[in-house]
Amino acid sequence: MNHLPEQASTEIVGRANREGARLFRVWYDDLTRAAEEGRGAAYVFVMGSLGELLRAFDLPLVFPEINSLQTAVRKVAHEYLNEAEDFGYSPDICGYVKADIAAQRRDGRLPMGRIPRPKIAVLTNACNTYIKWAEIWERMYGVPVCVLDVPGSRSDGPLPGRGDRDFENDRTYVAAQLRELIAVLEGVTGTRFDVDRLREFLGHANRMNRGWNRVLELNRSRPSLFNALSDGTIYLGVSNGYRGAPEGAAYFDELVEEMEWKQANGIGTLVDERCRLVFVGVPCYPIFRRFTEFFTEHGGTFVNSTYLWFASGGSNLGFQYDLDDPIESLAEGLLLGVRDSMDSMFFPTNALARMVDEYDVDGVVFHPIKSCRTVSTGLADNRRALMERRDVPSLFIESDMMDRRVVSEAQLKNRIDAFFESIESRRQIASARHG
Amino acid sequence: MKELLFPEWRGRDLDGVLGACLDLLEDTRFPTAKRWKEAGGKIVGHFQVYFPEEIVHAAGLLPFKVRGAPIHAAQADSRFGSYLCSIVKSSLELALSRRVELDLFVTHPICDAARNLAAIWGRNVRYPCQILYLPQNAGSPSAPEYLRGEYDRLRRVVEEVSGTRVEDGALRDSIGVFNENRRLLRALYTLKRESPWLVGAHEAYALLAVGGLIPREEHNALLAAVLPLLAERPARSQDRIRVVFEGGFCEQPPIDLIRSIGRSCYVVDDDFLVGMRWIVSDVPVGKDPLGELARAYLERSTYSPVQHDARKPKERMLLERLEGAGAGAAIVAAAKMCEPGLEEQVAYVHALDAARVPHFVTEFEENMTTFEQLEIQLETFVENLLFD
Ligand code: SF4
Ligand code: SF4
Repeated sequence: MNHLPEQASTEIVGRANREGARLFRVWYDDLTRAAEEGRGAAYVFVMGSLGELLRAFDLPLVFPEINSLQTAVRKVAHEYLNEAEDFGYSPDICGYVKADIAAQRRDGRLPMGRIPRPKIAVLTNACNTYIKWAEIWERMYGVPVCVLDVPGSRSDGPLPGRGDRDFENDRTYVAAQLRELIAVLEGVTGTRFDVDRLREFLGHANRMNRGWNRVLELNRSRPSLFNALSDGTIYLGVSNGYRGAPEGAAYFDELVEEMEWKQANGIGTLVDERCRLVFVGVPCYPIFRRFTEFFTEHGGTFVNSTYLWFASGGSNLGFQYDLDDPIESLAEGLLLGVRDSMDSMFFPTNALARMVDEYDVDGVVFHPIKSCRTVSTGLADNRRALMERRDVPSLFIESDMMDRRVVSEAQLKNRIDAFFESIESRRQIASARHG
Repeated sequence: MKELLFPEWRGRDLDGVLGACLDLLEDTRFPTAKRWKEAGGKIVGHFQVYFPEEIVHAAGLLPFKVRGAPIHAAQADSRFGSYLCSIVKSSLELALSRRVELDLFVTHPICDAARNLAAIWGRNVRYPCQILYLPQNAGSPSAPEYLRGEYDRLRRVVEEVSGTRVEDGALRDSIGVFNENRRLLRALYTLKRESPWLVGAHEAYALLAVGGLIPREEHNALLAAVLPLLAERPARSQDRIRVVFEGGFCEQPPIDLIRSIGRSCYVVDDDFLVGMRWIVSDVPVGKDPLGELARAYLERSTYSPVQHDARKPKERMLLERLEGAGAGAAIVAAAKMCEPGLEEQVAYVHALDAARVPHFVTEFEENMTTFEQLEIQLETFVENLLFD
């Protein structure tokens, strides 16, 4: 390892986490101000938020999924869930939806600040629950709900691209819907659409996409540079909240710099990295820190995850918008990004196998959750399919990302401890064989 | 295929016909699918809710409605996590246990579990499995053209499976057959609505549901034969509450549950297997059959919790369904763990409260076996209404 100038090390290492936390505070402060001034927001979702376009109409962005998960991280989710269940929502539906309903009934009050009411909801069908969720706001507030219908892969296998007649059918449809959306946005905001502003925000998104793609690639380093579960969630927050914004682009430039610097200096996220893992699913937010520790205590770190993939709004692909043809290009980026998000849930076997190889992975953790059928329905079968392809240990643990009633900390810990034991004993057998 | 797939009802009296339909529906060995295969036919299985069966029919294949079954999902269970509705598991079990041998399976993004089914299914069988993307932006002026393209894609997939070209002429003929089917089903529902004492809730259900197991021509013949017999049935109106059953759009309640409900209420309208009745009027047999089918899906259709269409607010549609059927109460059900169903239930309940329509709220599962509790609750509900 290089000898580091002390100061450079403390300035650069962890900078993205500090800056992420700061941007997060600024974001919620802005939202609180918008709420207090009675300005309406665009309610959007992580899979296909269209932040690039909505910024061109000066709409504050509210990500209800992120608000909801924050209630879990801050350990108050149960209050919100109970309120929504009292209102009639079943314990069996997505906890994010319920936490948001309670937040709406509290006039947007959340532990992080206050969120403005919606002026419009813009969503894709990447998760069908998005649609049901937005229909709730439609009833509550009478606001326009714009579902950008983005068809995903029809089956596993080669992905059709430009020139393919079915792909073109999808692309034409998405582009037409974008133009219809722009007209609705003009009506809702009273602002005329300015294509040059869109170009500017697409340019920032391009930088962010490049950065995110590079950051994911850099974590192939040994030791790995960041933990996909804990650090990665901070990066995801910025990639969504600041999508298309200059601050977001700058953040990812700096993040790349930090990771390249760590790589050059051999600094890993753990002092002693013993196990490189991939995480499949959504984290367990009610015990977020503890959950990560269950793994790091054994020297295990997550080098990548499907979460970084589907919850980054398509940034992971590194897609570059063509600024000469902004709307068509935005349509293509949206189609590819949302399709890719969906593939991470429905058809991930090839990509997971590739991840196992490229990131030199020792184990794969599947974490299906009660709340989210979108990511969880296929996990048991995905695990089976991956195990047929790669001889890598895997763990299957169920809990929830919101509802602590179904999170059994002790049981999770036991299973995770046993998983590491099995990895260890495999290693011993392997080394005895080779020794 | 010349042989009849479902000859059992032929030549029998009304009770015999209805009994044959109920038997077929409850036979978890799926004999009609087996007979079709044995005769060398191919089968396209399609999941709920709606599927443009005409395209499959025009290729000479059997469209088969995959609607789960009250079976133990011995093998499928291990392919899923917990917290899922039962129909996705039991449907996959049909394939894994080889109760039904398909040549193509198609599902839809009606919910997140159902969309995933194509991927899971595809990893476990050798035939193609895929997702048909039906528009979730139904009001978009670009939706019909897009859907036409998607149907065209499906046509090519079906052609590959069948090894024959699906010409427009064949499609037009198939649309004609299905228009006849829709007309007969409308007649069945008119009968249910106008003279519910003539056809039990479970009988009407069986008559509807066997359509998903046999060729449409045979279903048409069955309905055409049975409707006049029902009209002449020597039965008299009783003092029962007229209800609409809402919540059967995907997973189906067990037939005994429907029977139990029918004992205390007249089910004058419902959304059981609503995909069979999704298109509410004739599809024009015009120049561009795929385009006509696509437009009909969007413009001549009913509603369900799994289609987003701002022009059809679902609670308003439910109130209209109640009014249209002259029903005084609603049974608002949802399959256990069914996210869209459970979410919609809240909206329905609030709308019914606001409109002061009495309603009974419940959850069900396809392999439920005891109904006493539910029957007692329902009876109390009915008594309260009758003696209110
Ligand atoms: S179901 Fe899953 S993907 Fe959909 S909103 Fe809930 S947590 Fe998000
Ligand atoms: S019953 Fe509900 S959750 Fe289950 S597949 Fe059907 S729509 Fe989806």
